[in-house]
Amino acid sequence: MKKFALAGNPNSGKTTLFNLLTGSTAHVGNWPGVTVDKKDGVYKKCAENVAIIDLPGIYSLSPYTPEEVIARNYIIDEKPECIINIVDATNLERNLYLTTQLLEIDTPMVVALNMIDAVEKAGDTINSEELEEKLGVPVVRISALKNTGIKELMDKAYEVSSKPREAKTVLLKSAIRTLIDDVKSALIEQNVSNPLFHAIKLIENDEIEVGMHKDLVKIIDDFKQGFNDDIFGTDFEALVADGRYKYISKYFAPVVSSKKESKEKLTKSDKADKVLTHKIFGIPIFLVILFAVFHLTFSEDFLFLGKIFSLPTLEELGLLTEEGEPLNYGVRVLACLYDGALFSPGVIVNNIWNDLLVGELFGWLGGLVEASNMEPWAIGLINSGIFDGISAVLSFLPPILVLFLFFSILEDSGYMARIAFILDRAFRKFGLSGRAFIPMIMGFGCSVPAMINTRTLADENEKTATIRVIPFFSCGAKLPILTAVAGAIVAYFGLGNADLITYGMYLIGIVTAIVSVLLLRSTTLKGETAPFIMELPAYHAPQFKNLMAHLWDKVKHFIKKAFTIILASTIVIWVLTHFSMSWKFLADEEINQSILAGLSSLVQPIFTPLGFGSQLGQYGWVFVVAVIAGLIAKENVIATFATIASCLITSANLDFGSLDVMAENGIDAVQAMIMSTRITIPALISFIAFNMTTIPCFAAVATAKGELQNSKRYKGTLLFWLLSSYIVGAMIYTIGSWWWTLFIWLVAIALVVVFILIKNKKINLKPRRAK
Amino acid sequence: MEKTLNNFSVGEEGMVKRVSGERRIKRRLFDMGITPGAIVYLRKKAPLGDPLEVTIRGYELTLRKNEAENITVEVEE
Repeated sequence: MKKFALAGNPNSGKTTLFNLLTGSTAHVGNWPGVTVDKKDGVYKKCAENVAIIDLPGIYSLSPYTPEEVIARNYIIDEKPECIINIVDATNLERNLYLTTQLLEIDTPMVVALNMIDAVEKAGDTINSEELEEKLGVPVVRISALKNTGIKELMDKAYEVSSKPREAKTVLLKSAIRTLIDDVKSALIEQNVSNPLFHAIKLIENDEIEVGMHKDLVKIIDDFKQGFNDDIFGTDFEALVADGRYKYISKYFAPVVSSKKESKEKLTKSDKADKVLTHKIFGIPIFLVILFAVFHLTFSEDFLFLGKIFSLPTLEELGLLTEEGEPLNYGVRVLACLYDGALFSPGVIVNNIWNDLLVGELFGWLGGLVEASNMEPWAIGLINSGIFDGISAVLSFLPPILVLFLFFSILEDSGYMARIAFILDRAFRKFGLSGRAFIPMIMGFGCSVPAMINTRTLADENEKTATIRVIPFFSCGAKLPILTAVAGAIVAYFGLGNADLITYGMYLIGIVTAIVSVLLLRSTTLKGETAPFIMELPAYHAPQFKNLMAHLWDKVKHFIKKAFTIILASTIVIWVLTHFSMSWKFLADEEINQSILAGLSSLVQPIFTPLGFGSQLGQYGWVFVVAVIAGLIAKENVIATFATIASCLITSANLDFGSLDVMAENGIDAVQAMIMSTRITIPALISFIAFNMTTIPCFAAVATAKGELQNSKRYKGTLLFWLLSSYIVGAMIYTIGSWWWTLFIWLVAIALVVVFILIKNKKINLKPRRAK
Repeated sequence: MEKTLNNFSVGEEGMVKRVSGERRIKRRLFDMGITPGAIVYLRKKAPLGDPLEVTIRGYELTLRKNEAENITVEVEE
């Protein structure tokens, strides 16, 4: 099958064109070694089927960014039969800059003049025949958005793909044309393919090329001896770039004729921008938009209607049975949408998915398994190991998708780039760019989409640091831990305010994140903040089709992971909690005899400095078990307490008085744990903090692994999570129990800071030599 | 009069004379169209005063002040 490569600037409509050409055949993966999307698909309307490969969006073929290196290596090494260069007609000058570089490769090429409809609407005209003549390759006017000109484009591409094309350059009128000729001839003698392209890259002193042709560097150095440009000296990289733009301004730009002076007229996009990045209102508007996204995704009182009108709950309406179950199926459906308040769209999707679809399906499947005459352990493995594991993972899907949808809309509309623009200054203080904000704030919803979103960060160290701190922005699943433990502290010890404790914990997470980023960026993940030179694309309405294609990719990725790494880890934990050391199968309530409980008692002393180790005595292992169970999904931490509490009632004859240990809100379950272990308040707070900052759930771990690629960084990340949570927990417990330890911590922190500063040579210990 | 782009006030316009700086950043600036002879217009500053938004070759580009420092521009007085 012939291969056509799609190349062009970001925001040139490449994705829209790709989706249009390939439809449902599109396949998304990663380019080897990097997390840049690799998309390919099949176009079926030519004389034969052709493969379409979507190269990353790039502005140039420099050796400095992974996207540009991928694109050039693909064209040079994989030799596609044709390059389709998509060009934004509303911004011809900068887009043609890439075109002049692609022209230097011998591959046949077609230029797709996209968004021609927008140009015409603005009253401008582009003489595409003239452009075609000057470029020497076919130019086809298209609109990917309106689906016009696509067939002509592909027919043209198919036609030229069988004819060889000789590379040409626009640099022949520049001062270095003789040098280009000399190096090119030398390369032809060596039988190098694409001699013109390699010659110019060599002259630019391109890192990748220079390594490949060391022998030819001498020709260039000799030439440099007798050369001196007024402006550039012997900086050929600059000279070449300048040569391209000079040529474009002189010969290509005149094909556009504007009807009017458009500078005075504000487009809709400009007007929107004036408000959205306003000096005073810019930041408040951003905060409101952010609040709206989270409100639409997670709020159980949409638009605060329930509060405002004091709407009745289902129970008050008499629609529930005495056990609090819905009266009939209709009420069950209603309960997904409403209970004392209208739910937000995100919550409704979540309820329908989890209560009606997934819950129903696995309930039915579980019933079938129960009814079969398999061994009890096999029933347990299938029902509570595999099925519960799968449904736990699937239950993450709605929030991930809804959150992703909203952030994709922000990205697609062009607003995301402005958020980075607004916040860059504030983030640079921590060694991050404004782009890092979005993944971090998404962490409050769910770590999985947040980590995937770090792909927008160009710098590898910045990306790793961001992924590492994302779990500290406490996600939705961690909230039940906070509310249950905080509620139990208030109920049992009778002091404090549960909301205050909860907010305090969120704050501890954020502070930990800030400190961690500063620490990481000045130790193992050092580096200058990546340059922030980027295009601010015009605002436009996001496209439904693109959004859906985007979401579908994410679902596929997540499901694939769910059924491999996440499921496997879940089963391991199930086995550890349901078998004794002698491999006897245990019921849920016999968790105290499980391998996990045994292992937990063994490692329990490690947690002594955190307050939930050896000092808790006989039943101290419960907290360690809960932490490990929380790795499947953080909701499990409190659920495990409930299981253990009922276990302790039967196995140890403990009496928890009036507590309903299986209560849904978990506050009673936590109180039962407090009664049986006599754990202190600082230790409980340390326990919450440990859960918030330790290794996140398996779904997030799997995502981090996929995004980091490099296994050393991945292992470093796991270690970092363990260390950070241990230190945070220990700090809270010791200071909370013995206030004077605060001074020991302060001294330790001061020592670490001084040590880092000395290592980074910010402080000079040697006395200055007098001159 | 010559001055560097980071010293522009909003609404000022000029012609790029020289671009200096570290290789990677310089190349990026060139690739984005900031080359000698190009007209650059400072459109706005971010609410916190940095980065800047400029119009160059018919589109909007954002860059930080310390990156703009590398760009020397000829301004009419």
